[in-house]
Amino acid sequence: MPEESKKFMYINRKAPYGTIYAWESLEVVLIGAAFEQDVSLAFMDDGVYQLTKGQDTTGIGMKNFSPTYSALGDYEVTKIYVDKESLEERGLSLDDLQHLVWEDEDEDWAEKDSIRLVSRTEMADILAGQDILFNF
Amino acid sequence: MTMLHLVNKSPFDGSSLNTATSIMKPDDALLLIEDGVYGAIKNNTSAAKLEGKNVSVLGPDLAARGLSEDKLVDGVKIVDYAGFVDMVESNDKVQSWL
Amino acid sequence: MKFTIQVNEGPYQHQASDSAYHFTKAALEKGHKIYRVFFYHDGVNNGTRLTTPPQDDRNIVNRWSELGKEYDLDMVLCVAAAQRRGIVDDGEAQRNGKDATNIAPGFRISGLGQLIEGGVQSDRLIVFGD
Repeated sequence: MPEESKKFMYINRKAPYGTIYAWESLEVVLIGAAFEQDVSLAFMDDGVYQLTKGQDTTGIGMKNFSPTYSALGDYEVTKIYVDKESLEERGLSLDDLQHLVWEDEDEDWAEKDSIRLVSRTEMADILAGQDILFNF
Repeated sequence: MTMLHLVNKSPFDGSSLNTATSIMKPDDALLLIEDGVYGAIKNNTSAAKLEGKNVSVLGPDLAARGLSEDKLVDGVKIVDYAGFVDMVESNDKVQSWL
Repeated sequence: MKFTIQVNEGPYQHQASDSAYHFTKAALEKGHKIYRVFFYHDGVNNGTRLTTPPQDDRNIVNRWSELGKEYDLDMVLCVAAAQRRGIVDDGEAQRNGKDATNIAPGFRISGLGQLIEGGVQSDRLIVFGD
C-alpha cells in the first residue's frame, strides 16, 4: 500500500446519457483504481438510474457504458452504496438494478454482492467516514 | 470530523439542497453559493430545511442576485470568498452537491 | 493548507469557473497552496486561447492564465475530455494529426490520474460544477 492511503468516494447523482457526467465519472473511477486507495461509490438521487439493467442505446447512437459497472469488481471496486430512499422515490427496487458482484480472494474467490442498499442515515455515516469526495 | 456542504442550485431546481440537508451531521456546515443562495430567502417553501443547521451564504453571489441580509432566514451568516476559504480549512472535507 | 480545485464546466455558460477562480485567488491570497487546478468535462474549454469575449466582459481564459503565471499554478486539462472537445496542444496535434493547436498559456493537457493524485496529495478537494 502507498504511504498515503485515503478513503476515496465517488458520488454519483446524475442520470446517464442525458449528460456526459455519469460516463466521464466512471472513467475517473477506472483510472483511480490504479492508485490503490480505499475506494467506494455512492449512487444517490438520479444517480441510481445509472445502474438500471437492460440499457440499450442503439437507437440513440451513443455508447452503452452500463456493462462497465459489472467490471468494477475486477478493478477491486467492491463497495457500491445505493441510497434506498432515492431508489424508492423513483419507483425502483434492487431488482431493477444490475447484479454487481466481486470475487473475494481471501475466501477462495467467493462471489459477493457489490451493491449495498443503505438508508439515508447510513449514507450520511458513510460519507462522514471518507477523506475525499469526488463529484461530477 | 466535519464536512462542508456546498449547494449551488436553487431549492426549486433538483434535489441538491434537499439531499444535502438530509445528509448533514449536526456539526457540519452548509454554504450556499451561486443559485444556491436563493435557498436562504425567508419564507421560501424550502426554508424549513435550514432549521437548526449551520448555514452560510456567499455574499458576492447574494449581492449579484439583488438580495440583502434582511431577506435571509434568521441565523444565516454571510461570508466572502476569504470566508469560504476559511470554511474549507476548518472542516475536514468538502462535498459539492452539484 | 494544500488544495486541489476541480472545475467541471466551461466558461460563460455556467458560473462554476468564475466561482473556482475567485475561490482559488482568495485561497492563494490567504497563503494557501494550490496543488493543482484540474479541468474536467466541459471545464477543459477554459483552456482555449481562441475565445474572444466582448470587451466589457471578463476574459475568463486570460484570467486563469494570468493567475497561473502569477502563482506558478499547475493547471491541467484532462486529456480524454480535451480530445472529445477539441482542445489541442502541440503533443496532441502531433499524435492525432490535427492541423492546429488552441491551448492557452499556462495550461497543460494530461491524464485523469492527475486528478486522483491531486486528491491523494492535497488536504482538500473542492469541486465546482453544475
